[in-house]
Amino acid sequence: MNTQGRKTTPDVESAAATEAGTYTGNRALVHEEPLIFELDNPGVSGVDLEAAPAVASRLGGLKARAGIGLPGLSEPTVVRHYTRLSQKNLGIDSTMYPLGSCTMKHNPRLNEKLARLPGFSDIHPLQPQSTVQGALELIDQLAHWLKTLTGMPAVAMSPAAGAHGELCGLMAIRAALQARGETSRTRVLVPESAHGTNPATAAFCGFTVDAIPAEANGRVSVEAVKAKLGPDVACIMLTNPNTCGLFEPQVKEIADAVHAAGGYFYCDGANYNAIVGRVRPADLGVDAMHINLHKTFSTPHGGGGPGSGPVVLSDALAPYAPLPYVVHGADGFRLVEHAGEVEGDAKPFGRMKAFHGQMGMFVRALAYIMSHGADGLRQASSDAVLNANYLKARLQDLMSVPFDGYCMHEALFDDRFLKDTGVTTLDFAKAMIDEGFHPMTMYFPLVVHGAFLIEPTETESKATLDQFVGAMRHLAGKAKAGDAAHFLAAPRYTPRRRLDETAAARKPVLRWTPPAA
Amino acid sequence: MTIRYTEDHEWISVDGDVATVGITTFAQGQLGDVVFVEVPEAGRALAKGKDAAVVESVKAASEVFAPVDGTVVEGNQAVVEDPSLVNSDPQGAGWFFKMTLANPAQLDGLMDQAAYDAFVEGQH
Amino acid sequence: MRYLPLTEADRQDMLAAIGAPSVDALFGDVPGAATLSQPIAGLAPHQGELQVERALSRLAARNVPAGSCPSFLGAGAYRHHVPAAVDQLLTRGEFLTSYTPYQPEVTQGTLQYLFEFQTQVALITGMDVANASMYDGATACAEAVLMANRVTRRNRAVLSGGLHPHYREVTATTTGVLGVDLVTLPADPKGVEDLVAAIDDKTSCVVVQNPTLFGHVADLTPLAEACHAKGALLIVAVTEVVSLGLMPSPGSMGADIVVAEGQSIGNGLNFGGPYLGLFATRDKFVRQMPGRLCGETVDADGKRGFVLTLSTREQHIRREKATSNICTNSGLCALAFTMHLSLLGEVGFTGLARLNHAKAVQLADKLAAGGVTVLNDGFFNEFTIQVKGDAAALVDTLAAEPLLAGVPVSRLYPGQAELAGLLLVAVTETTTEDDMDALVQALGGQQ
Repeated sequence: MNTQGRKTTPDVESAAATEAGTYTGNRALVHEEPLIFELDNPGVSGVDLEAAPAVASRLGGLKARAGIGLPGLSEPTVVRHYTRLSQKNLGIDSTMYPLGSCTMKHNPRLNEKLARLPGFSDIHPLQPQSTVQGALELIDQLAHWLKTLTGMPAVAMSPAAGAHGELCGLMAIRAALQARGETSRTRVLVPESAHGTNPATAAFCGFTVDAIPAEANGRVSVEAVKAKLGPDVACIMLTNPNTCGLFEPQVKEIADAVHAAGGYFYCDGANYNAIVGRVRPADLGVDAMHINLHKTFSTPHGGGGPGSGPVVLSDALAPYAPLPYVVHGADGFRLVEHAGEVEGDAKPFGRMKAFHGQMGMFVRALAYIMSHGADGLRQASSDAVLNANYLKARLQDLMSVPFDGYCMHEALFDDRFLKDTGVTTLDFAKAMIDEGFHPMTMYFPLVVHGAFLIEPTETESKATLDQFVGAMRHLAGKAKAGDAAHFLAAPRYTPRRRLDETAAARKPVLRWTPPAA
Repeated sequence: MTIRYTEDHEWISVDGDVATVGITTFAQGQLGDVVFVEVPEAGRALAKGKDAAVVESVKAASEVFAPVDGTVVEGNQAVVEDPSLVNSDPQGAGWFFKMTLANPAQLDGLMDQAAYDAFVEGQH
Repeated sequence: MRYLPLTEADRQDMLAAIGAPSVDALFGDVPGAATLSQPIAGLAPHQGELQVERALSRLAARNVPAGSCPSFLGAGAYRHHVPAAVDQLLTRGEFLTSYTPYQPEVTQGTLQYLFEFQTQVALITGMDVANASMYDGATACAEAVLMANRVTRRNRAVLSGGLHPHYREVTATTTGVLGVDLVTLPADPKGVEDLVAAIDDKTSCVVVQNPTLFGHVADLTPLAEACHAKGALLIVAVTEVVSLGLMPSPGSMGADIVVAEGQSIGNGLNFGGPYLGLFATRDKFVRQMPGRLCGETVDADGKRGFVLTLSTREQHIRREKATSNICTNSGLCALAFTMHLSLLGEVGFTGLARLNHAKAVQLADKLAAGGVTVLNDGFFNEFTIQVKGDAAALVDTLAAEPLLAGVPVSRLYPGQAELAGLLLVAVTETTTEDDMDALVQALGGQQ
């Protein structure tokens, strides 16, 4: 045994000592990067502009402003700054990112290339429509495939994100109820396991929220729904597959019961990626469902947006779809942008955002649908479900499973397996970071204690899954063996270790301010 | 001085005509580090079981309900300035507000120390 | 199926580990009647990059890019030059393919640029604090009205006739379901409306756009004072954010909330989306703000770091009591904005604004010399002209040249005869003198 060799596994103390040891505070590839405001070199700019024509200002008597306080940086400084910031981030490009309910799948680069074609990226939303026929046709094509895949007769394309789509769906429901003269329907049923956006959206739309308790098997039962139904119920908001990663086996019976009671079925389509190509929501009795293009159709999450959330609608809700929308007439495609231009029985409830929707996301989603095709989309959802069940099967003997049976695209565990170890779900997640993985979604859904919601997606290989399983088993074993210290000190190898969120919230510092002179 | 408890984990301590209200040691433990407190202004009428104050940790937000009907005499500015008092001394310096009692008989419907201790035990 | 790494052998191995007979068995909870046994009909099978690129390029080729001809389009979306470095950096996978920074130790990059972004937005709007962005300017405007109602505990909002109609419509749609009393002033092409007269003791806020849809610029200080005298808030909407490099900031004129469309900085036209909603306010209102906020803190070693903070306002904690249902921001668009503004800096941003204004003045002078009526006395980089006959028909005719002459007011205000002859004309640093002369000639031929 070599007793004189150097220690090869650093602990916190030695890591801290090493840090103090470098002059710069940098650690090789990991740089300490100041804020742009601290890099200010007054007078410098990274952009060269032509000289302005010599004319008299016509600002209507306003005085030109001065002294905004923006820093001066050259192009090389800016490029290096943001490159260094990027190196403090994990992306799907870097590692497996099994955030349950978020669907972090590979983002194909073809989609990025196509969205940047000047014919899509450099067209103005208010150009004469004769000059944007290709763009309108693209929106129409994507709408066609979203309708075909879901079996629904209509789709509203303009919502800017999933939560915005929820708002669109509930507004359509509200408009339909108004048209029926049933404005007393003000109650919205939302299962306890729902995404926070569901109750928030219902309230944002002027409804009251009534929670449906979860069953012991992680599903919503038709009896529990029936017990809540009444003449004041506007709709149910049901996520399917649900946030526990389970398909709701009674979804059709629930839809029928809600319809029989005069309400509508809003389906949260956040997990549509598990069933696309295998199940059409129309066949489940859905009246409205948003589709997160960034989940099911691979548009990039971009550190928190932009998203896109088209909403498919049933015949009952289709007339109330918001403005604008694309129609196909004798002389090509046309945007209906105003209530006065509406034809037929359409009664749009209003407008969700400026202009026509997230065109840049539409291009990417259509490219993805065409790349995968009918066979590929079906294979993708199949592989997503297979990957999740594989993880569940390989981990269920060491971790605790709240609900038996096969899961859909994500595997849910609770924290019972950590009982009396002194390790929490959060600690476990931080130790996964040190193993080179992005943690799973933690503490959601709320119906499970200390939830681990793991969604591998279809774009992870078996080799990666096996490595992930190995790391999880290693950590679970370590926790059970009593090595809580390993978890409490994690993460160790990140640019920053655990952050003090309490201090951030008690005395919020939300912007940089110049140091006092 | 009488101390009573609600099922929403408020305590109310009555001293003569004025009662002091806060959240229990158990409640602050459930919330974690308290980062924000909003207390009612003097003169505001409170109704039993309705919102009276707000308490927030990093990951949770909760209303503090009025244990009984009455009128606010004073909100505790000290916990607004330093919310950590709710964690360090929840049943002392971490009080939320003082109020008058419109109907002192309502106290009889609340739990005493022994009943509350049993109630908390049942929450585990 | 180039995006799927599993082989058939992998799948069989995995099914064996699961103990399932087939993948179909994993879908056993799906009702039989709703189970598709075949791929969706009508959609072609998978295709290679080349085939997909060919098909979508054909669609792209059927559009006329604004940069391919003289273009004077504005009205809430502006064609500016975006430095090459912006898009090059934007496509770094660590930015592009990361999620919302819920795990701060592995997202310090995102969090730091959001902190820088919030600071930049606060600086250019002249406000104390800004959030990490909203979907777009119009949705930010609607959220601002709801926030003003929360702050003032009132329910009556006054919208200027200079506000972009899309902003007005989104605000009406969003607040209408909550029973907000909206007072909407008629279109104000001459910039003469009297907003002060519309404020009463029940008014929660006044929403005014500066420059207005029609390009008019105003000192908002008297309006802010009138709002505050009645206990109302002043919300200032800015659709051309470059104007903030030259015009007095809304904060300096007394605004309580500033909402803006940030597309002009860092982001292309993209046929209207995705765009970037900016949202800024005073410190005292921060807990009533919608949207994500990034804040500074320290880590376990005492080093400066950043986290999402004040999350208890948001839907994932407050659920039905949240300030908004918004879940995302416009992360990548905010990154593009912050990188472009960092490249510009103080000198570049103010210089860009001066250049835009000077070119607009140059075009207004040329048009006036050519006999065209310009409605504006003051403006930033966009103004309203009166053409003979129908502006929309004229624009359609010129589009064939191609020349994109501007946005006819009737595109936004249809069916109002007195507005049919009005054309909004925008100028940016991308506009050349040749472009201007082409427009003057095209319109001159009309006089």
